[in-house]
Amino acid sequence: MAKKYELNEVEVWDGNMAAAHALRQAEVDILAAYPITPSTPIVQNYSKFLADGYVDGEFIMVESEHSAMSGCVAASAAGVRAATATSSQGFALMVEVLYQASGMRLPIVLTVVNRALAAPLNVNGDHSDMYLGRDAGWINLCSYNPQEAYDLTLMAFKIGEDLNVRLPVMVHQDGFICSHTAQNVRPLQDEEAREFIGEYKPVNSMLDVANPVTHGVQTEEDWHFEHKARQHNDLMNSFGTIKDVFAEFKDRTGREYDLVYTYKMDDADVAIFALGTTVESARIAADQMREKGVKAGVISLRVLRPFPFKEIQEALSNVKAVAAMDRSAPGGTFGALFNEISAALLTAGKRPVVLNYIYGLGGRDTTITMLKEVYEDLDKCAKAGEPVVPLQQFLGLRGPKLSFY
Amino acid sequence: MVKKIKNLKEFSLSNDRFEGANLMCPGCSHNIIVREVLNATDDPIIVATATGCLEVCTAVYPKTSWDVSWIHIGFENAAVAAATVSAAYEVMKKKGKLPPATQKMVDEGREPKIVAFAGDGGTYDIGFQSLSGAFERGHNFMYVCLDNEVYANTGGQRSSSTPIGASTTTSPAGSVSYGEKMMKKSMVEIMADHGAPYVAQVSPSKWKDLVKKVQKGFEVNGPVYINAQSACTTEWKHAPEDTIEVSDLGVDSCVWPLYEIINERDEHGIIYSTKLNITYRPKKKIPVEEYLAAQPRFRHLFKPENRHIIDLWQKAVDARWEYLQKREEAGV
Repeated sequence: MAKKYELNEVEVWDGNMAAAHALRQAEVDILAAYPITPSTPIVQNYSKFLADGYVDGEFIMVESEHSAMSGCVAASAAGVRAATATSSQGFALMVEVLYQASGMRLPIVLTVVNRALAAPLNVNGDHSDMYLGRDAGWINLCSYNPQEAYDLTLMAFKIGEDLNVRLPVMVHQDGFICSHTAQNVRPLQDEEAREFIGEYKPVNSMLDVANPVTHGVQTEEDWHFEHKARQHNDLMNSFGTIKDVFAEFKDRTGREYDLVYTYKMDDADVAIFALGTTVESARIAADQMREKGVKAGVISLRVLRPFPFKEIQEALSNVKAVAAMDRSAPGGTFGALFNEISAALLTAGKRPVVLNYIYGLGGRDTTITMLKEVYEDLDKCAKAGEPVVPLQQFLGLRGPKLSFY
Repeated sequence: MVKKIKNLKEFSLSNDRFEGANLMCPGCSHNIIVREVLNATDDPIIVATATGCLEVCTAVYPKTSWDVSWIHIGFENAAVAAATVSAAYEVMKKKGKLPPATQKMVDEGREPKIVAFAGDGGTYDIGFQSLSGAFERGHNFMYVCLDNEVYANTGGQRSSSTPIGASTTTSPAGSVSYGEKMMKKSMVEIMADHGAPYVAQVSPSKWKDLVKKVQKGFEVNGPVYINAQSACTTEWKHAPEDTIEVSDLGVDSCVWPLYEIINERDEHGIIYSTKLNITYRPKKKIPVEEYLAAQPRFRHLFKPENRHIIDLWQKAVDARWEYLQKREEAGV
């Protein structure tokens, strides 16, 4: 039995420490991982917990992220709780196995500390890795600060392991701005966390040798489609479990989570739609704009997948202009968030102006001033009732202004 | 618990946990090897299989040929899959949380045996990193390479196990080429040099030797590597009924020597002795030419302009056989 870790009511943790404590409290049986900046401290912290007797599972330091996720798949199929952490290039190396994890319906938890993808090589935060994996069939939860990284990692186990879900879950946090920035975190005590997540419920465990089971079969045109449809169906239906887990967590902690996060959206004319730590900066920018008489709001996804389409339609039902902020190089089109928000609005019969801002690539700072410039653009478009600025702009880029469409 | 095996008849009828009704080619050695490995024990077995002929032919939904716990993830990760299942087993045993039926078997001294199967593509090439990592970490599992010296599942492309002179679909013999240009990689020694407690080379035609080695492998603690010759009727292009004969030619020509390397360790894991034992000595060492002549993948070598490759083969096989004998004599 692992030692109890005495925690203060308020701890000062960065996002990596917060995620590491959540993994420790989840009593993960197998944590297979490989180091990569900026998520490395998660596994370093975890290793120290193990060395000090606070973990009685196994930490396997494998030889690559490909093996880290493969190990998690095998452990999960063996019927034990498995988790890992990664970023960027490591995430990219895992991608093959991410699809296998979800296709095999294994409730692995992956804490992703978001970072740019090379080339050029860059260790800082953006959402390139998050976007790379967004179609991999995982539930994707998004945090904006260490407290949320902690809360959502605990909830990830409970959501993914639910017998109606049985899907792997990623919890995203921004590289450095969240992962390496110490803030106040109010943790659950170990026994409270254990009670909240519950005992792991193995399904089709390979270790149950009296009941042999075949994992990872081949299906061709006769059955593959049905498998993938069923997987999508269960991912779509996981909204219910996610909401239930959010509600139970609120009962225990008072901290409230919804599928979509909104700030001053009730009467907003203009809105910034961003993910990650930018949400917190945008809140300050929105307040400052309100002082100047612009009804500004902020909207974000707590759950990137499954995509909360209806909730977004609802939250944006009265805005006149919205900025989709994509922190990933769009690769020859609009950013993914722009496309998804536009689809939600179009099918709702709403036609506000939608602008696309590519920002913060490779860890470029996104300041309150820049975000206020976005609100100024939105305000102009809202008043004109049509786009009066280019639809796609690069925010905070040096050199001549770059825009498209 | 070591299974007692009286004779071939009894062995071939016992405890069949791998169903013969699968999609493998008639005459495929993989079937024979897998049955021999699984039948070497009555203990529970958990299998991980790399993508390849064995995998695509034995687990096509909604059917399975496996009456053991089985997993396939990808092409390059059978080793880490088996290794992590082994780690998961150890954790649950330590925590006292094994499934009750499994715990009962463990209490009776019947610990699960964890085995990975992969072809030479999944072992020598794409899976090598995962294999090397798992062996370095010392997990308790057995890795069996079904070595047919070619990417048979994808249509016969060369791998780093393909021997010199073989015509494959990516090293075809032609008017200006004798086929594959490289010698085969020495996987057995490479894996022994990882410090694995037990490493061996086997052939399905020498079933007693194979079973004995697998049983030895099951008894040691740590990673075990078994390199199994797997004559491939489709890519070696011999008749299905000649599989065992071709395998025997490989063994009797010393192209495929049967031997084992034992790294003995002290309680700290330090290797204090390495021994190489040749486990089969042909009564009469036949010329390599006879082995090559039995397989149309080498047919072009018999043209006058390519005969020098046959000479090269013979030299290489002789040198290797001598090397193995020297190591055995020296006890290293």
